[in-house]
Amino acid sequence: MSGAPVEHGYTHEQICIPENLIYQRPGTLLEQEFHYCPGCGHSTAHKIFMEVVEEMGLEGEVIGVAPVGCSVFAYHYLNVDMQQAAHGRACAVATGIKRMLPDKIVFTYQGDGDLAAIGTAETIHAANRGENFLAIFINNGIYGMTSGQMAPTTLPGMVTTTSPFGRDTKTQGHPLKIGELLALLPGVAYVTRQAVDIPKNIRKAKKALQKALEYQKKGLGFCLVEIVSNCPSNWKMTPLESNKFVEEKMIPFYPLGDIKVPQEEKK
Amino acid sequence: MGEIKLMKGNEALSEAMIRAGCDAYFGYPITPQSEVLEYLAREATNRTGMVILQAESEVAAINMIYGAAGCGKRVMTTSSSPGISLMQEGLSYIASAELPCVLANVNRGGPGLGTIQPAQGDYNQAVKGGGHGDYQLLVLAPCSVQEMVDFVKLGFELAEKYRGPVMILTDGAIGQMMEKVELFDQMPRKTDVPDWATTGRKKGQDRTYITSLFIEPEVMEKVNLKLQAKYKQMRETEVRYQTLNLDDAEYIFTGYGLGARICMKAMEIGREKGYKIGMIRPITLFPFPVDLYASIAPKVKAILDVELNAGQMVQDVILSTMGKTRVEFYGRMGGIIPEPEEILEYFEKQIIGGAK
Amino acid sequence: MTEEIIFAGFGGQGVLSMGQMLAYAGMIENKEVCWMPSYGPEMRGGTANCITIISDKMISSPIISRFDTAVALNQPSVDKFESRVKPGGTIIYDSTNILTPPTRTDITIYAVPGSEEANNLKNLKVLNMIILGAFVQARKTVEPATVMKALTSVLPERYHHLLPINQKAFEVGMSHIHN
Ligand SMILES: Cc1ncc(C[n+]2csc(CCOP(=O)(O)OP(=O)(O)O)c2C)c(N)n1
Ligand code: SF4
Ligand SMILES: [Mg+2]
Repeated sequence: MSGAPVEHGYTHEQICIPENLIYQRPGTLLEQEFHYCPGCGHSTAHKIFMEVVEEMGLEGEVIGVAPVGCSVFAYHYLNVDMQQAAHGRACAVATGIKRMLPDKIVFTYQGDGDLAAIGTAETIHAANRGENFLAIFINNGIYGMTSGQMAPTTLPGMVTTTSPFGRDTKTQGHPLKIGELLALLPGVAYVTRQAVDIPKNIRKAKKALQKALEYQKKGLGFCLVEIVSNCPSNWKMTPLESNKFVEEKMIPFYPLGDIKVPQEEKK
Repeated sequence: MGEIKLMKGNEALSEAMIRAGCDAYFGYPITPQSEVLEYLAREATNRTGMVILQAESEVAAINMIYGAAGCGKRVMTTSSSPGISLMQEGLSYIASAELPCVLANVNRGGPGLGTIQPAQGDYNQAVKGGGHGDYQLLVLAPCSVQEMVDFVKLGFELAEKYRGPVMILTDGAIGQMMEKVELFDQMPRKTDVPDWATTGRKKGQDRTYITSLFIEPEVMEKVNLKLQAKYKQMRETEVRYQTLNLDDAEYIFTGYGLGARICMKAMEIGREKGYKIGMIRPITLFPFPVDLYASIAPKVKAILDVELNAGQMVQDVILSTMGKTRVEFYGRMGGIIPEPEEILEYFEKQIIGGAK
Repeated sequence: MTEEIIFAGFGGQGVLSMGQMLAYAGMIENKEVCWMPSYGPEMRGGTANCITIISDKMISSPIISRFDTAVALNQPSVDKFESRVKPGGTIIYDSTNILTPPTRTDITIYAVPGSEEANNLKNLKVLNMIILGAFVQARKTVEPATVMKALTSVLPERYHHLLPINQKAFEVGMSHIHN
């Protein structure tokens, strides 16, 4: 492509100049193609969080914990220090890190299975201790990595490979609103639910992530930023259909907005 | 003759669970065995009323097994290596409380999160006891889809006979591959309740309880002696194995599960080349066929043990043969599967070549 | 008789079901059968392959590295498996897709324009049936009629309207082999 004149008469070199730059990969994301399926919210979530880290100048301060789930390889993309935790144990690993390095900015990045099924205990107790780190919680209502089993957040009636007749709340339980649950705990500073389906929501989600890091810097306690996301592959939808599902089914069940804000914010 | 079907190992195992009249399955998704929970979720409850529950973790799943088995029910769980590691604590409690149950480990490559490809790195964990305390699992190692079916039924029989946990130790390849299987007919769900089960105290009778806590050392030792007596009985009566071409064998290839299948092919190729190779495949890994190896050792020039690990079962082969023959090991790790030709090549180089 | 076959191509080309269908047909004919898929994340749009073994006697290893026949639906599969065919063995490949054909002279090579024929049938999904038809005609591992019987049993009832097009595809594939 490079050098070849295109129809409008400009060459690649003439177009790619600093004055024309309106959008760029943040330096906090490695030059590495995402392995996420086309249209997957994980990619957007990675990007906006890394933009926040770069904009706040925290590249050197941040230590992240990757879960087991589709984002297990987050450390291949995020250009910050990372640890990879066993399935569900990210909040315990993050506790270890933050207790050793209280001045650093620590976050976990976890799916719904990781944070709200196998890791529920670790999540609740880290939150209850008021561990001063951020948990980014990608709620796509399904186990993406293992190909579409029911998650704790799967909607009632939703078909997955382990709820082939639709989630039956009588025997398979109700979707777990872990955000609302955690908001009850005194150690928890900030709980908010966001989405990354449309630009407006993406901007809000980014703002929320930024706030969470500011609260952590102030030492306010545990922060949870839930991101209602999608899984086109295992929902068996096109990316567009999946975003429509987020808007029409997921968000009405998981309403967006702040669930708990720090005391000082309320003033 | 029972119904014949072409089935994946994991699905055949699940179908056998339903047909064996299993009362409940508790499990957590993990590759390469998620088909089990998926198959059961589709099939089981409608057919037999079997309870299927996706637990929030393997820690929870094994403790659900504890509770359900304590009610005298036929229960089973399955997982793969990282999940089985999480179950080790629960297994120790189950062994101590003497609760019958069956679990399957569809072994994948480790350590750690590892890889989802087949491996046999969990032999020691399964056979030497991965949890704390002096206990054993009775370990069955299927090498075909048919044995995935047969060992579910056998597993329940042995678990109930010995009141303890039975493990089916298989791997990702056997779980994923399809073979022809003959299914046994649907068995009725069990209706008799063992007297040790907790089902509610009956009027005028003592309560029953299930525990693994025996705070008095004297009592704890008695419990241990009872467990050891069971393991002794297993060693005497439950050893199972398969042998091939032992009559004229000068060399023995040995391995279990998938490793044994690959060895069989290596043996076939070797025999075509004129080497007199026989084969031993332990079916029970605990109890181990110690006497068989001991009796064959003085009659052969060498034993080549092949595993998909760094050499775990080979330790038991060495112990059993007590220096009466040469024991060599060949293994691949981390989800790499040795090819039959590569095994034979190693045999020719190390054993035939080395013997000169 | 033992026939050890590798079916290989891109995920989504129906490679796995091709091998499965053959195994099923073998089972209907009372043979011993084994089907071993590659599995895992590499299957997402990447290469997929499966080993199918059909035999009169007990099958030893389900995993092998030398094959009597390799069936290749894309270039990487030819590149990877040509050298693994036993001397005297067979390669069947989709000549529409594969531009650098196999070159060995000690094996039988069949070029079948599978994708082109699938295009003619206006259904790209039947590529695997076309190639399977060619395989059965070339190797005679099972009877052609048994494969259709197998397809009828594995295909859920709601897809049975697709049986005729698959039958047609299978026959087209067979017609490309002259042995
Ligand atoms: C102990 C253990 N059990 C099970 C697994 C298999 N496993 C890997 S990821 C996963 C669930 C992932 O779902 P989620 O956390 O929602 O993440 P997503 O892929 O949807 O982003 C499971 C069950 C494992 N790796 N370790
Ligand atoms: S499987 Fe689902 S969650 Fe995972 S990368 Fe694909 S779309 Fe995203
Ligand atoms: Mg998820």
